[in-house]
Amino acid sequence: MVNNMINATTALKAESRNLNFFYADGKQALKGVNMPLYENKITALIGPSGCGKSTFLRCFNRMHDLYPGNKYQGEIVMHPDNTNILEHGVDPIEVRMRISMVFQKPNPFPKSIYENVAYGLRVRGESNKRMLDEKVEEALKGAAIWNEVKDRLQDLAFNLSGGQQQRLCIARALATDPEIMLFDEPTSALDPIATANIEELMSELKEKLTILVVTHNMQQAARVSDYTAYMYLGELMEYDDTNTIFTRPSRKETEDYITGKFG
Amino acid sequence: MQEHIFKQYDAELEAVRAKVLEMGSLVEQQIVDALEALLASNPKLAKTVIKKDHLVNALEVQIDEDCSHIIARRQPTAGDLRMVLMMIKTITDLERIGDEAAKIARYAVKATENARLLGPRFVEIKAMTNSTREMLHMALDAFARSDATKVLEIAQMDEEVDEQYQATIRQLITFMLEDPRTISISLEILFIAKAVERIGDHAKNISEYVVYMVKGKDVRHISMEEKEQDAMQP
Repeated sequence: MVNNMINATTALKAESRNLNFFYADGKQALKGVNMPLYENKITALIGPSGCGKSTFLRCFNRMHDLYPGNKYQGEIVMHPDNTNILEHGVDPIEVRMRISMVFQKPNPFPKSIYENVAYGLRVRGESNKRMLDEKVEEALKGAAIWNEVKDRLQDLAFNLSGGQQQRLCIARALATDPEIMLFDEPTSALDPIATANIEELMSELKEKLTILVVTHNMQQAARVSDYTAYMYLGELMEYDDTNTIFTRPSRKETEDYITGKFG
Repeated sequence: MQEHIFKQYDAELEAVRAKVLEMGSLVEQQIVDALEALLASNPKLAKTVIKKDHLVNALEVQIDEDCSHIIARRQPTAGDLRMVLMMIKTITDLERIGDEAAKIARYAVKATENARLLGPRFVEIKAMTNSTREMLHMALDAFARSDATKVLEIAQMDEEVDEQYQATIRQLITFMLEDPRTISISLEILFIAKAVERIGDHAKNISEYVVYMVKGKDVRHISMEEKEQDAMQP
């Protein structure tokens, strides 16, 4: 149930069209999901555990390809080039350059701070030292961690605090200049201050790119997102601008979930 | 209504809701007593009304505090949020109605001294007060039942009260022109009529908050026609 009237002026960055997803064991995890992602906006996915929100998020960077037997049906179309990223000919590596991901637990590589950020660029074939230095600095600045690490770029990434590691992962994701950034419960392993830093960072990042975030923390969805989608049992139950979802949702199921009456 | 998973939350919301209704019925009784004191020239009753106004005020403070605790601790959303917002606004109107009732009671104390002169002129005041008390009763009842359908009827009653108020003014002007000695008494009656008319406005406000609570729609400051159209929609 998508209210198409809500955003006539904002450009579409991507959309899922009648997206179904089946895990290798045959279980259908997504059922005909039609959902827009608006450019330079943050869209939050909420719903109870197992509702399909993380599955949906992972379709966007073809994460499910890593396991054999998983099956997509339908389309995820990127704009403005109209590329269906689920199509067979499309290279998942290319997709992941355009759509990067930040995970629940900070997962830096066992390398230096510098190399963590430079990694994606090296994969892409960038070897010019000056170019790499510039890009690494830019990404670390973009992830609001530059001042904390600029004097210790060669330190092991694991020596950073949890919140810093997560911002490093965001810098790593930023380094390849993605158009969309996916966040899978990015702050569930962080304390409230580190959480606030990440949320602040997300709202800065949306100036440059489009964000899709899965969160179990409803207040987080309310705080950071422009649009909120409520999913249940693999279906998109309600999608609307965040103010509307949190003050007057149109479906009772949504109301029960966000007011804590679910189940 | 379905319960919250966290039962304590239900208990907290219900407790505040009950307090708002308690405040509502206290205020309603204040109106009844203030009118009675005026009509029956009963200064003792009038003084009781004045004294009891602090109970209304105390409830307002208490409910405001309870609501702020719910917001801080539960972060209410959707229907819960609308109910909390609605209650915060409702008690402001209830408190003002309480003030108007106390104001009427204060005039009633004074009026006792001029009872002979005033008695026959309270007919309009009585009718107006009964209408506004009924409006308040309906609005509180709509709140208790989460019934968004009463707003139109209450708005119509408010228009009638406004007309009665205008008629009272015209009548008082005639008295004053005929006999300047009635000016000070007429002004007092005018102030009482104004207080009663304000009670109607507050009751109407409350009925509008009920619509917001139930439907999430803001029906304040819209025309009667728009209200009628809105009432048709679910």
